[in-house]
Amino acid sequence: MKLLYFAWLKTKIGTAEEELSPPPEVDTVAALLDWLAARGGGHAEALADRNALGVAVNLEYARPEDPVGPDDEVALFPPVTGG
Amino acid sequence: MIRVQREDFDLGAELVALTAGNHKIGGLAVFVGLVRDVVGEEALGAMTLEHYPGMTEKMLERIEAEANERWPLEASLIVHRTGRLEPGAQIVLVAAASQHRQAAFEACQFLIDWLKTKAPFWKLEETAAGPRWVEARSNDDQAAERWTGRGPEAE
Repeated sequence: MKLLYFAWLKTKIGTAEEELSPPPEVDTVAALLDWLAARGGGHAEALADRNALGVAVNLEYARPEDPVGPDDEVALFPPVTGG
Repeated sequence: MIRVQREDFDLGAELVALTAGNHKIGGLAVFVGLVRDVVGEEALGAMTLEHYPGMTEKMLERIEAEANERWPLEASLIVHRTGRLEPGAQIVLVAAASQHRQAAFEACQFLIDWLKTKAPFWKLEETAAGPRWVEARSNDDQAAERWTGRGPEAE
């Protein structure tokens, strides 16, 4: 699974992109965020406030209950501030 | 048409090109966002715009398509810059052309309101206190909610 991080999530986690292999039971966005947070360090810090977190799966906004799989690209980011 | 680019844009040339050859257009409404030199009480040195290549373009296309469904537009344009921009620089151009002014005005406002809340861009401000990621503004959400209906993420 390809993980992408933007804005301050990138800063806290310390990378813009990484390839990870969560176990098969990590099959939803919510489960993925729990699994990532459990890695500790920058991941735990970046995921401390889930309310302030946006998630996209394969370039589409996703909700906590949406499915994720090994071939997906998952992006985590703060609320958008363009314009 | 939508574009995400680092380079500046020539406002006049963009608008001329947008309306060229279409004489059904009776009105063109335009919004241009610029980098201010203050943020709150602090002087702003510069602002860096980050985006999500691929998804940003996809969302902008969807926002533009939504505007074209809601209003009878003859032409529409979104140009958004990325990278480091100094005060006075143009950040974003949104334009909507229609036979009559009301549709043009409304569609233009809709485009920028939805862009601000739904297109994946993030601003990093540089002040004397150091760099700081801009937080989302709740009044931007309220502005977008004025255009009731399902957002592009709900499709």
